[in-house]
Amino acid sequence: MSGEHAGPAATVAARVRHLEALLEQRGLVDSRELDRALEAFLARASPANGAHVVARAWLDEGFRARLLADANAALPELGLSMGGGLQEQRLKVVENTEGRHNVIVCTLCSCYPIALLGPSPTWYKSQAYRSRVVRDPRAVLREFGFALDPAVQINVWDASAESRYMVLPRRPAGTEDLDERALAARVTRNGLIGVAPV
Amino acid sequence: MTDLFRPGDRVRTSRIDPPHHTRLPRYARGATGTVVEREGSYPLPDRRARQLPAEPEPVYAVRFAARELFGEGDHTVTLDLWESYLCPAATEETK
Repeated sequence: MSGEHAGPAATVAARVRHLEALLEQRGLVDSRELDRALEAFLARASPANGAHVVARAWLDEGFRARLLADANAALPELGLSMGGGLQEQRLKVVENTEGRHNVIVCTLCSCYPIALLGPSPTWYKSQAYRSRVVRDPRAVLREFGFALDPAVQINVWDASAESRYMVLPRRPAGTEDLDERALAARVTRNGLIGVAPV
Repeated sequence: MTDLFRPGDRVRTSRIDPPHHTRLPRYARGATGTVVEREGSYPLPDRRARQLPAEPEPVYAVRFAARELFGEGDHTVTLDLWESYLCPAATEETK
């Protein structure tokens, strides 16, 4: 079912609290354990992680190749992982090139690599973005102020199963002298989703 | 269990509109695309959501031309699809 997130949020929250209470009652989860796990996960989840990955890939050709081949295996090189939830999620990093641009969406709900990008922006969960970006990505990018060269092919990745996606943007011109930290500062969350150039 | 499909294979998605949860989005039903890669093996959510036994099965990244999905557009859309959603596309359908 692909409903609208902005619906009766209070009802959903109440349902979640009720479920949590039942799970606790039956001894299936411990509320303190749950809080600790959530806090620890969210404390580490940030778009700075994704930016760090991108900066390293721009600087280190070997890391870039390993990241594109098997992102889950490459992330620990930077002390990162896709674990932290109930099970480790598969990450697929998709690289923008001169001729091909990638955009990420989850049309069914709002799947998103939270560990690397932090909590997702509200627009990412909106029905407008989810329904329109698969159909007319160029128009959606224009609304983000991103005028992509018409010659560049767009591929939209719909995270409809267990994989999560992150875009590896193209390194901006004139950044040859920047170090990893300075390069990471150039990378935006929207760039990692594909609705901005970097 | 051996994989039914390999990268490069042309596949067609199911047209069935099930009365239960599924992860085959409506816009991608009855469409022909190309297998990009195998992502791993996961139990079919259509069965898990109904609390039925579900063995892990291959999930593939499958790429579709926008024109095939929407009748217009020059981009492509890649979805993650369980093997159960796919059948081999007939050769005459690949054009």
